[in-house]
Amino acid sequence: MARSDVQLMLDVKAGDEQSFALLLQRYRTPLVNFLYRMVRNREQAEDLAQEVFIRVYRAREEYVPSAKFTTWLFRIATNLALNSVRDTRHQRMEISLDAPVTADAEDGDERTLDVADKHPDIEQHLVEEARKDMIRHAIDKLPEKQRAAVLLHKYQELDYTEIAKILACSESALKSLLFRAYETLRVELAPLVARSK
Amino acid sequence: MSCSGMEKWMMPYVDGRLKESEQREVEGHLASCATCRLRVNEFRAVSGLLDELPQIEPSAAFDARVRARVAAEPVKQSWWAAFAPSPRAALAASMLLLAAIWIESRPGPANTGEHGQNVAVNPANIDPNDLPLLENYDILANFEPLTELPQPVQADESDEADSNQSM
Repeated sequence: MARSDVQLMLDVKAGDEQSFALLLQRYRTPLVNFLYRMVRNREQAEDLAQEVFIRVYRAREEYVPSAKFTTWLFRIATNLALNSVRDTRHQRMEISLDAPVTADAEDGDERTLDVADKHPDIEQHLVEEARKDMIRHAIDKLPEKQRAAVLLHKYQELDYTEIAKILACSESALKSLLFRAYETLRVELAPLVARSK
Repeated sequence: MSCSGMEKWMMPYVDGRLKESEQREVEGHLASCATCRLRVNEFRAVSGLLDELPQIEPSAAFDARVRARVAAEPVKQSWWAAFAPSPRAALAASMLLLAAIWIESRPGPANTGEHGQNVAVNPANIDPNDLPLLENYDILANFEPLTELPQPVQADESDEADSNQSM
């Protein structure tokens, strides 16, 4: 039977390095994806994810399982991401929404030459890409806290209590935050929403 | 329930995370409000669109970089463990500690006697029997530094002279 996150963390606290490797294995992909969607830069997302793991490791001796491990983990990640986004906000505003995101591996990978293998119909592929770009840009346009709320809710599937703790707000405030975020997305993605109904 | 009241119920309703009674209340409002009904449908459509974004995989070097950083972390040690790599330092510290305890355990101002006992300096405590040297007349009579002292006054002789004059 797989050990729980809390048990793994307690084992790390007791000096078991292997348990830390298991936590790394378990959360590397969700963390990198969350951070990537927050900062929109793969290299930066990986740097931040590394920093999250290092902070968890450094705090191992003081670790007390008072909350869910994921709450703690994503709280560190969210704080790092929000600081990073705020630091680079002006830089980000200069990037044209129409310009290709060269540091974006998610986009980049899908724009490589294997297009011909995977998508014989290039026109169809371009339409799909434009659709994904539109969704990405709609998420990017959300205020940072709303963006974090949507990402934690949609992709990490955390419950409201947990997300509220991560974002340091009440559950009621979180529900309002999500409502406003979905309202913005509904307007931004109106052409796609109309087609998908 | 009003449309403004739906703000806090809309997402939990779309997620299916409402209690049965709350869900009935929301559905009651939706049945009579086309605007909120439309919004619920559009929120569901947005949620579906968000599902279309693919996940990325961390780069191949990611784990190695994290492990390298973990390995580079300084090992936290207790203060005593700091002596472990140097037995000499530990020995020196132990000796210093013992010396400090020994000095601290000694009573106030005192001298050490012939046999190692502590003897108080107070003259009243000096036993004349412990000074046999003073009883040896020959040593005292021939003790050179004493010859340089002025001759003592002969009290008995002056007394006799005085008495003779008076007679």
